[in-house]
Amino acid sequence: MTPARTLFEKVWDTHVVEAGDPTLLYADMHLVHEVTSPQAFASLEQAGRKVRRPDLTFATVDHGIPTTGRHLGILDPLSKRQVEALRDNCARHGIVMYGIDDPRQGIVHVVGPEQGLTQPGMLIVCGDSHTSTHGAFGALAFGIGTSEVEHVLATQTIWQSPPQSMAVEVSGELPWGVAAKDLILGIITQIGVAGGTRHVIEYRGKTILGLTMEQRMTICNMSIEGGARAGMIAPDETTISFIEGRPYAPKGADWDAAVSVWESLVTDDDAVFDKVVTIDASSLIPHVTWGVNPAQTVRVDAFVPSPDSFDNPQQRDATIRALEYMGLEAGTAISDITIDHVFLGSCTNGRIEDLRAAARVVEGRKVDSRVSAVVVPGSMQVKAQAEAEGLDAVFLAAGFEWRDAGCSSCLAMNPDVIPSGERVASTSNRNYEGRQGRGARTHLVSPAMAAAAAVAGHFVDVRDWEDK
Amino acid sequence: MKPVRVIRGPMVPLDRADVDTDQIIPQQFLKRIERDGYGEFLFYNWAHRDDGSPIEDFITNRPERSHAKVLVAGRNFGCGSSREHAPWALQDWGFDAVIAPSTADIFRNNSANIGLLVVELPEADVGRLMELARDPDASITIDLESQTVVADGVESSFDFDPSVKHRLLEGLDWIGMTLTREESITRHEMERPTWLPVSTGSPTP
Repeated sequence: MTPARTLFEKVWDTHVVEAGDPTLLYADMHLVHEVTSPQAFASLEQAGRKVRRPDLTFATVDHGIPTTGRHLGILDPLSKRQVEALRDNCARHGIVMYGIDDPRQGIVHVVGPEQGLTQPGMLIVCGDSHTSTHGAFGALAFGIGTSEVEHVLATQTIWQSPPQSMAVEVSGELPWGVAAKDLILGIITQIGVAGGTRHVIEYRGKTILGLTMEQRMTICNMSIEGGARAGMIAPDETTISFIEGRPYAPKGADWDAAVSVWESLVTDDDAVFDKVVTIDASSLIPHVTWGVNPAQTVRVDAFVPSPDSFDNPQQRDATIRALEYMGLEAGTAISDITIDHVFLGSCTNGRIEDLRAAARVVEGRKVDSRVSAVVVPGSMQVKAQAEAEGLDAVFLAAGFEWRDAGCSSCLAMNPDVIPSGERVASTSNRNYEGRQGRGARTHLVSPAMAAAAAVAGHFVDVRDWEDK
Repeated sequence: MKPVRVIRGPMVPLDRADVDTDQIIPQQFLKRIERDGYGEFLFYNWAHRDDGSPIEDFITNRPERSHAKVLVAGRNFGCGSSREHAPWALQDWGFDAVIAPSTADIFRNNSANIGLLVVELPEADVGRLMELARDPDASITIDLESQTVVADGVESSFDFDPSVKHRLLEGLDWIGMTLTREESITRHEMERPTWLPVSTGSPTP
């Protein structure tokens, strides 16, 4: 009898080229973007090597491109050169790339699933830490550095030390008005920003099975914010029906063969995890980060914590520094924090459901006059879908800007930089110092919470706003 | 890659936990397509004022620290983004090694791949080194072969991935090594299910 295995072990096992520590694994898909790849291509060519599998490599531009005025081209000369380098590298090596004018262009972690390139049981790598997003489909997907990008380009393989496994068991129904974003922020607050280090997380339990693919992607996306190597969710009916009919999805007899494999990708009943964490979703309420890492989070009805509330001196110091950077006083009610900007988008929360959730809150209301609010769809396909549903009109009528797709303010590599000292309610994934612009003060929230904050001009509990 | 065996030199203390790679090198410096020249941007936002002038007092800006070889940092160093620019910047500034109680997975891998030695020591040892490192001339010796660290009053040993150790000691061409597995890679390719996606061609929605 074969020993009981976790979902992670099953996917890992099918990709082993050479067992051991480290193990040589085969990558089914290598996603590439403009920022972490140019040095890899240059070094590959310098060594006189070729891309082994251009047909298992896929590129899109996302990090440094403008979200407005695209007909003017890329005005930042460095970003322009970076995008051109990707275009030239892809052309030279026969790699498919969705460029800035492509109607399918978008954030790599939105485009992959959208096009059906992301499928259960695959091993997916990308020079980007949020590659964990693709784990929502039961793929093993993780971020790599530029040297590893070069290694994958040359060999289609990657060396990895076998990670440990961690189960995050989620029970209880996610209450009305509480988003997947609140669940993952709650999980990160519980395990800490390093709680998942050297582990691959599997999110499990009935609550997880009840989530849509968009919600699952939000959760797996932020696995890296808990330090995890990857996050995974077992594929089920929800997964399979999401993939069916997408451009790169298997067709005909291939589809049946694929589905029968996908259905076996579940953790066996007797399988053992190295670590188990449990969380009760029914006790959650909307979360807002107050500090400079995603574990520095409180409930919307709470207060900015005092450094004295931490016993650990390093944590106390970190809190003092965080409050200083954030320009916040301990004891301030979260709902008293006023904001200057709202950023709705990113690979965490830039998908159609995220836009729908925000539009529901905004409909018939106006953005506060002191707030500048922007929607950046995760891909041009998401943008087109939203426009077909009339969401653009809702946002525009409320006073939001309606932009083209990209990473945008999430990491502010393009012109969408939040000015120093200004405060932003953001649906992205990192509230690090300077992340959205030097001196910018980020509060991470769900799309509905961001929308409500845009209207109120300060944080509010969105559950008080929506009709139950 | 140059072999990494013994690292000896002064230390720089950075007594902060959870230093993310956005702090090590902020996003505005990731637009370059070169691999070197990132040292001047190390910890940029902490080391510079809004107008771009250097903050003389910030530790990596102090002239007496310019010969340092080893960064001593708090736990979970290098968390966040996968940008290899972070170890590039540390190495380009002059660091040959980072010592911390714990480090983030991707940062640790990226560092190994460019020959920046990452050593994880017990919190108490890191604390003592942090104290010692207040003296800009206090030197430390890290011996990868024996996996030991020696500084004034501190002797410690560390765990280290044996395969990474071999690669660093020999300064091996990593990709060249993997390419010797050509046969195994091809065998794996033959066994992959044919329905797995390929990105080429132009599928229509």
